[in-house]
Amino acid sequence: MNFDHKSSKLDFMKYRKAFFGFSLLFLLIGVALLSTVGLNLGIDFESGTTVEVLAEEEVTAAEIEDEFMEIGYEPDEVVLAGDNNDIARASFIGGITQEESLEIQAHFDELYGTTPNISTITPIVGEELARNAIISVLIAAVGIIIYVTVRFEFLYGISAIIALFHDALFILTIFSILQMEVNIPFIAAVLTIIGYSINDTIVTFDRIRENMGLEKKVESFEDVSRVVNKSLVQTLARSINTVLTVVFAAGALLVFGGEGLRVFSFALVIGLVAGTYSSLFIAAQIWAILKTKQIKKQQQKALLREEEAEQAGNV
Amino acid sequence: MVKRRKGVRKSLIAVFFAIIIALGALIASNVTDHVEDISLGLDLQGGFEVLYEVQPLDDEEGTEINRELLTDTVSALNARIDVLGVSEPSINIEGEDRIRVQLAGVDDQEQARELLSTQARLEFRDTNDVLMMDGSDLVEGGARQNFREQTNEPIVSVTVDDADLFREITAEISQRPFPDNRLVIWLDYEEGDSYEEEIQREDSKIVSAPTVNETIPSRDVMISGDFTTESAQDLAGILNAGALPVELEELSLNSVGAQLGERSMDMAVNAGFIGIALIFAYMLVYYRFMGAVAVITLSAYIYLVLVVFNWLNAVLTLPGIAALILGVGMAVDANIITFERIKDELRSGRSVMSAFKAGSKRSLSTILDANITTILAASVLFYFGTSAVQGFAVMLIVSILTSFITAVFGSRLILGLWVNSRALNRKPRLFGVKEREINEL
Repeated sequence: MNFDHKSSKLDFMKYRKAFFGFSLLFLLIGVALLSTVGLNLGIDFESGTTVEVLAEEEVTAAEIEDEFMEIGYEPDEVVLAGDNNDIARASFIGGITQEESLEIQAHFDELYGTTPNISTITPIVGEELARNAIISVLIAAVGIIIYVTVRFEFLYGISAIIALFHDALFILTIFSILQMEVNIPFIAAVLTIIGYSINDTIVTFDRIRENMGLEKKVESFEDVSRVVNKSLVQTLARSINTVLTVVFAAGALLVFGGEGLRVFSFALVIGLVAGTYSSLFIAAQIWAILKTKQIKKQQQKALLREEEAEQAGNV
Repeated sequence: MVKRRKGVRKSLIAVFFAIIIALGALIASNVTDHVEDISLGLDLQGGFEVLYEVQPLDDEEGTEINRELLTDTVSALNARIDVLGVSEPSINIEGEDRIRVQLAGVDDQEQARELLSTQARLEFRDTNDVLMMDGSDLVEGGARQNFREQTNEPIVSVTVDDADLFREITAEISQRPFPDNRLVIWLDYEEGDSYEEEIQREDSKIVSAPTVNETIPSRDVMISGDFTTESAQDLAGILNAGALPVELEELSLNSVGAQLGERSMDMAVNAGFIGIALIFAYMLVYYRFMGAVAVITLSAYIYLVLVVFNWLNAVLTLPGIAALILGVGMAVDANIITFERIKDELRSGRSVMSAFKAGSKRSLSTILDANITTILAASVLFYFGTSAVQGFAVMLIVSILTSFITAVFGSRLILGLWVNSRALNRKPRLFGVKEREINEL
């Protein structure tokens, strides 16, 4: 892979409206879904109890339900898991008491020789963790804007944060569409995506900053676009290679990491791709538009000053 | 200008191999120790997690739950967990009145739960539930597990502070007619409990209720109950650890069977190896010689993260693994940014040596900015976050710092040795740059 910005025909700026349109439409669908259907919240966010039974051999949901019935419990839902359907998750919404959980554990311990996992979760815990994560991310966003403003320029900071929220909302939208169960490791995955998104965006912005410094005069949107496009092409090999290697790691977890890591690693893979997409097609383009506006404003101010000076001279 | 062709400086290549051998030997000698030392979290190893709501004791309704009381409770819980012999307990105060206790790798979870939430208020009452003596009358830290001389039955012995007190109590009780001549020994007596009811129960709060037939002029009180040696040891330990200053109510309980934990851990470790192998292969194919440098420094990175992680006594959980993956990604990224820069410089017609110098210099500020921004975000998450979010942040900060050291300084050092040895001069192909891509200056 070699992307030479002089000979390359790649144009990241030309189709910006299409990318903006796609992202906007996708995220609008996301917001609509999130506010109506919502996410498929796991037991981490819903009050209740999950009993995870590890059977020795393949089982069916009906078998597990019968076993629960035998000791007098009726699970609200039984979902099978594991490569050979040898794990069963029975959910009890509303929760069970300590004694009941002991009885269930004893029963399945006797049956399969393994003590089932019992999770009794009051939704406060998960909700607080999620709320806390959101607040922390918002504070972190402010910190990032300040740092980037000092090191780069305010407009880079704003664009990077827009890309960050784009990526976070992107993964939430995917999960809302697919209705995959959202649990606490999912929050960790979203945080990872946010970390990656910042890192990826800053690297491309750094190249834009460098190339802006090399330009003699940048006056129009075309000038800004040219610089942005050149920078994106120059960093393209790096962008692709980096996302590939990270996806190797997350993808290996998705394919070989087992049932417990599936949701988590799926969120990672999707998020990493979204993070790269937003760095290449959203963040820099937003910056270009904001930058052009800033330049136009400065030109107008300069023009106004000139006119004033002229008028003052005339008087 | 005629360039004088200089010879290859073999000494630098020798230094390179010395570093590789030293690094290899270091990793080979103790990587397994470090891997074994890593404390795995609940999600990976099994164990359990309890979230308690702290409430004032029954007889102290008005007590306000403040920071100090919570801290005292945490120290009391810590002392108890020592009794259990659990390594790496994690006890956190959450919100205004909550304490989260996480214990990984506990064999007997039921026993552990009981030990944690019992208040360990030892009280001696008569059959009419009148308080005769309580924990404050005992010598602090004086509880011991013992065996009864005749029967070899495990017992718990405690020592009374004031010898007169116990003599007076036994003297008084021994006067009473049967069956009221009993000294009832309670653990966690609560207002409303009565001897008559409680003694009938199976899981009784009454440890034992021996009959007292004569005055006992001793300071040592032998408590027998339905003890095994272990449970007697636990009770003695808990009595020594001190009573809890509050009542703990279980808000949520999350128990993870170790077997499922082990299963997911094995798979995750395998998946991790596959992922790293893929990254190594890709780097080697794409960046050739520089890829080999990246493989060396990435191995060093993984090793160092393990060492630092153990040194911090941190507990590895799923969010931690997420941060580790991001760290690997950022370490690879730092290499890739540098390598791409060097390739750019090579393509623009620079010599290998000057391309290396310019590429390293130019990539540094990029890597620095990207890393600092991410560390900034991680620090905020650590400062404002709770449990899982905090664990993630710690791991991310450790990963980024380590990746910066290995990928920036490590890669530069190693690549620098080769470049400065002049062995790579005029061999851009080794860097993955084809001759025809090079612009003549």
